Amino acid sequence: MIRDPIRAGLASGWKVTDAAALDRDLALDADVAIVGTGAGGGVTAEILTAAGLDVVLVEEGPLRSSTDFRMLEAEAYPQLYQESAARKTLDKAITVLQGRCVGGSTTVNWTSSLRPPESTLRAWREQFGLTGLDAGALAPWFERMERRLSIQPWTVPPNENNALLARGAAKLGIATEAIPRNVVGCWNIGYCGMGCPTNAKQSMLVTTIPAALGRGARLLCSARGERLALHRNRAVGLECAALDGRGVQRTGRRIRIRAKHYVLAAGAIGSPALLIRSGAPDPYRLLGRRTFLHPTVISAAVMPQQVDGFAGAPQTILSDHFLEPATDRPLGFKLEVPPLHPALFGMTLQGFGAPHAALMRNFRAAQVIIALLRDGFHPGSAGGVVGTRSDGSPVLSYPLTPAFWASARRALLVMAEIQFAAGARSVLPVHERARPYSSWAEARAAIDALPLEPLLTRIVSAHVMGGCGMADGPQRGVVDSGGRHFQLGNVSVHDGSVFPTSLGANPQLSIYALTARNASALAEALTGKTPAIG
Amino acid sequence: MITRRQFLRYGVRGAALLAAAGALRGQPAYRAATGDEPVRSLSASDRHVLAAVAPVILAGTAAASQPVEAIVGSIDRAVAGLPPHLQSEVGQLLALLASWPGRRWIAGVGSPWVEASREEIAAFLERWRFSRWALLQQGYHALHELVLAAWYARPDSWAAIAYPGPPEVS
Repeated sequence: MIRDPIRAGLASGWKVTDAAALDRDLALDADVAIVGTGAGGGVTAEILTAAGLDVVLVEEGPLRSSTDFRMLEAEAYPQLYQESAARKTLDKAITVLQGRCVGGSTTVNWTSSLRPPESTLRAWREQFGLTGLDAGALAPWFERMERRLSIQPWTVPPNENNALLARGAAKLGIATEAIPRNVVGCWNIGYCGMGCPTNAKQSMLVTTIPAALGRGARLLCSARGERLALHRNRAVGLECAALDGRGVQRTGRRIRIRAKHYVLAAGAIGSPALLIRSGAPDPYRLLGRRTFLHPTVISAAVMPQQVDGFAGAPQTILSDHFLEPATDRPLGFKLEVPPLHPALFGMTLQGFGAPHAALMRNFRAAQVIIALLRDGFHPGSAGGVVGTRSDGSPVLSYPLTPAFWASARRALLVMAEIQFAAGARSVLPVHERARPYSSWAEARAAIDALPLEPLLTRIVSAHVMGGCGMADGPQRGVVDSGGRHFQLGNVSVHDGSVFPTSLGANPQLSIYALTARNASALAEALTGKTPAIG
Repeated sequence: MITRRQFLRYGVRGAALLAAAGALRGQPAYRAATGDEPVRSLSASDRHVLAAVAPVILAGTAAASQPVEAIVGSIDRAVAGLPPHLQSEVGQLLALLASWPGRRWIAGVGSPWVEASREEIAAFLERWRFSRWALLQQGYHALHELVLAAWYARPDSWAAIAYPGPPEVS
């Protein structure tokens, strides 16, 4: 029997309130209210409670834990993901995967734990004046979070899906490397995206949040942070709506939290949307802008052997060979591999009827590479804009530009070439006009001729960044390099929305490290004491 | 069958119709779920459309050996878990397809859904898939994702693709 640390903690008296079950409105007071329990909210809660501060965490999703994680897509997507994993950009061209549960995306991510490339930090210094954020200054914070979350190189041999990326790339002289993972005693099962059933993944759900709750923090789940009440450039309250047990409708119960300081960690769509709904000052019209996605294109191959992309640690090999822009790619890209599970794979593959069924019959021989494009660096890649619908829900408008399409075509070519080098029988670019091609020459000619357009080319994202970008002044940023809002004195943003460009790396570790730095400074500002470095 | 020229003529009217279909329908019917009670979000006419379209999207799979009502039920449960704005969009799409002018003039399906041939429905899906109108492409993608995600999330779809299901963990 696997020990469930959440059930054990609840039994020990943690102060957790499921807002879905509230039969009356609530009013709470705290030192700090934190909206969101993902990478930013979790680390902030741990550091602030260690400094003795009284913290309330507000989470839109439910509290689920290893006992609930049955590795079934039919349960995991509606319970653990924003919009049942069907969140899309305004024009429906990009599917956006984000967690919505206690632990946020860290509960459902694929464990890749990477520091950002130096070229990203350099761009931040040069274009946004973020001189304090060089690799040397950040190193202690990365080291601290790598220790805290047991982030280490993964020494188990990669599963076949990942090994094929390494072998195909090696044949072409393209370097690959192993991806460090945040796991302890991982069973190498392959269902990280549906919540870790063995608690091996060191997500916020099993690390920082239990630590904070053990020190008396309060957690409200199934509660949506809707708006900050503002008065003279300060927040004077956080207004939350209780959601029903499935997280679909408001129940009508309200929660109002009064705090000395407010930390937004609702993710790079949620945090800007909360500030927009609050009518936060935005004198330079920057709020919700420059939102980045690492927009991702997909290449599916059929191998002669069994690949079983559903089994084994899902994402353990990457290639940064194409990470920097070049003449054939205005946007650089990162090559990685996704886990393959039937529902997500089936809805992602193009077509319907007999041709689609034929693709699915090769499920166990399927190998997939993804290319994550590095948006936000090229002048023709300014990202998207977060806004709100009439019901207050957030929506991201993300234009796909010529610079993006040129790089996407290059990425589809590279992936197909690697897959053929790895021995693929056929390669299928995931695009409505593409079909399986049986040689590199045939694939190359077809990809060169594909009409790359929204809704024909399948584009996905699991990395939302920006929208409350940090900078050295209010003319080019929403928050400063410490995450403090430029206009609202007692509001901070601690999540991926502070990144002024995309990262060029899977974001969780960058969010952890920057948040550890900024939450420590916040703890010092609020208590007058320097927190001990854990 | 609707040609591009015809669509230009009917396009504006079609968009108005889509809005009207949504407005007539209002907010999607919603019943709070507690525990295992069956969740319903779709109307009877929505379900008729899906009962005709799903078997065409799933042609060649093991779905043919399952009652179509069971698959439509899976879609219904999935829709009930979507946020209100998405439930509303799905509702508008299905209300449009269920309406006579929507089916006849926007989808180009001449026969009522229960009588439409598989070829007729497949041709409609292909037209929307490659339409120059983003609204119709979006409609195709919505049907594609609803049906395929609901089907392949069902354990009875797994044997045909040799997926063993999740491992035992205890």
